[in-house]
Amino acid sequence: MIELKNIRKIYQVGEEEVRALDGVTLTVEDHEFVAIYGMSGSGKSTLMNIIGCLDTADEGSYFIDGQNVMDLSEHSLAVMRNKKIGFIFQQFNLLPKLTAYENVELPLIYQGLPARERKTRVEESLRKVGLENRMYHRPNQLSGGQQQRVAVARALATHPSLILADEPTGNLDSKSSRDIMNLIHDLHKQGNTIMLITHDHSIAAEAGRQIRIMDGKIVSDTGSNPAV
Amino acid sequence: MKLRQSIKMAISAVFSNKMRSFLTMLGIIIGVLSVTLLISIVQSGTGTITDAMSTLGGDQITVSITGNQKRLLYYELDSLKSNENITALAPYISGRSTAKAGNHSKEVNIYGVTKEYFSINNLKLTNGRFLSELDREYSLQVCVIGAEVAKELFPYGDGVNQTIRIQGKDFRIVGILEEEDEYAMNSNNQRIFIPLTNAQRIFQQMGITNLVLTSENKTTLKRAQSDLADFLKAKFTEKDSYTIINMSEIMDMMGTVMNTLSLMLGGIAGISLLVGGIGIMNIMLVSVTERTREIGIRKAIGAQRSDITIQFMIESIFISLMGGMIGMLLSIVILHVLNLFVTEVHFVISPSVALLALSFSIAVGLIFGIYPANKAARLKPINALRYE
Repeated sequence: MIELKNIRKIYQVGEEEVRALDGVTLTVEDHEFVAIYGMSGSGKSTLMNIIGCLDTADEGSYFIDGQNVMDLSEHSLAVMRNKKIGFIFQQFNLLPKLTAYENVELPLIYQGLPARERKTRVEESLRKVGLENRMYHRPNQLSGGQQQRVAVARALATHPSLILADEPTGNLDSKSSRDIMNLIHDLHKQGNTIMLITHDHSIAAEAGRQIRIMDGKIVSDTGSNPAV
Repeated sequence: MKLRQSIKMAISAVFSNKMRSFLTMLGIIIGVLSVTLLISIVQSGTGTITDAMSTLGGDQITVSITGNQKRLLYYELDSLKSNENITALAPYISGRSTAKAGNHSKEVNIYGVTKEYFSINNLKLTNGRFLSELDREYSLQVCVIGAEVAKELFPYGDGVNQTIRIQGKDFRIVGILEEEDEYAMNSNNQRIFIPLTNAQRIFQQMGITNLVLTSENKTTLKRAQSDLADFLKAKFTEKDSYTIINMSEIMDMMGTVMNTLSLMLGGIAGISLLVGGIGIMNIMLVSVTERTREIGIRKAIGAQRSDITIQFMIESIFISLMGGMIGMLLSIVILHVLNLFVTEVHFVISPSVALLALSFSIAVGLIFGIYPANKAARLKPINALRYE
């Protein structure tokens, strides 16, 4: 479960103060599928970075599964990113020199899992995204859609509490986008909690709950609806 | 287990940019190559020289008498012979002459010696016997010959009991010496030894020109040296009519000089290792900048600071260790090639030098890897991810 209370993030640009997030309060239950949408500059990326423990808020409180993230050390934040959160980025963010298998394995290596367990988990994740016969291809040998599916498999491999997808279809053609969205729906049906950040209304509409953000504030929220 | 993965990743990163890795290594290769090569050459050279000197007699004092106002006669040595610090004393004189046997002839060094000469110099026979006290006392016309002389004058067989004609006198051969290593500066291979008294007559030279003496140990050798100096001073009032050389002192001195030399050369070569290390740091810093995004991705999916530090440290240590090993191999190859051409000295890398060079290159990788690795590890994931 994700709980944000009164989160503020303020950047100093020259003399001016930019309130990227201005008092965001939000609770996401397990097994929800939430879309956060807004225009660029609305603060949705900042929100996503804070939720993903890539950045820290200036004010407010943030709990993941009851644990206060604001108090965590750098070390514990890394553990948090590793175990609780699975990222899917717009630019896929795979390591180009590693194969699909190695990319998916990487977070498990950082977890310190033994080789045998890594193998079963990597194979399981790649099977879920339908790439079991592309395991030893490098990213540049895969299409954009396939690369994004590797990224999804990497996010899944650690069995995270939350899958955080930042414009996952932003760099894909419409067919690949459809595939990825279907995959995300499948993951949701399998019980994963999903948070999707987008500027696209039609994609946001596919989620069970839509949160609109503007000027660092939540302006509308269709409300918690974990059942779909 | 995590370390094994880090090593794997580091190695694949090094190999994914072969040319750059090689150029980075080059500094270390040259550094280690020059360190090991220079130190090995100096050490091997020193070893050979000291070996040669100790076969000559590292525990000996030699005296040569050059002045000709006064002569040192054989019986005058009795006081030295009874000196408690002197174990053995061998007086001799030498000169060049032609030796003939059948229709072979050869220009040789004739040594007039006593029986002590053979034992002091540890000479060995292949055949026959050494000269004895009786040979000297009765001026018997007998000789012992060096291996080379035997080969040239009697190419078809044993020379024992044959005669050699020197200055119109026939000498019967009673012994032939074993062949000695040529690189020993004064080998006995080209010499003919006859009783001292005969040589005195042949060369019309009554005064003893050379003395060799040994002692029990270094301390008594020192005492013997001062006793000898007193004796010679009393005999020859002029100091420059004789020279006393204590071989062990010379060897000690040479050892110090050679140690200083190898330290100095090693130090100079060490500077190139340092430069190589700076090269590694430079490239690692570039690499950190280039791979900022990669570092961001790794951190986003849960890499700890320590994971990133270790990864970059292993890369730099791997590069410098590889460089060190390549440099070492190259210097082994070069020394082998040198050994083909230089027969006087056998060049080898001593294990301690090899170990020193390798641990030095690891240390270089470690020291110059710390800063770039830390820089990489300190990157904030959010900034690193946004880096284009």
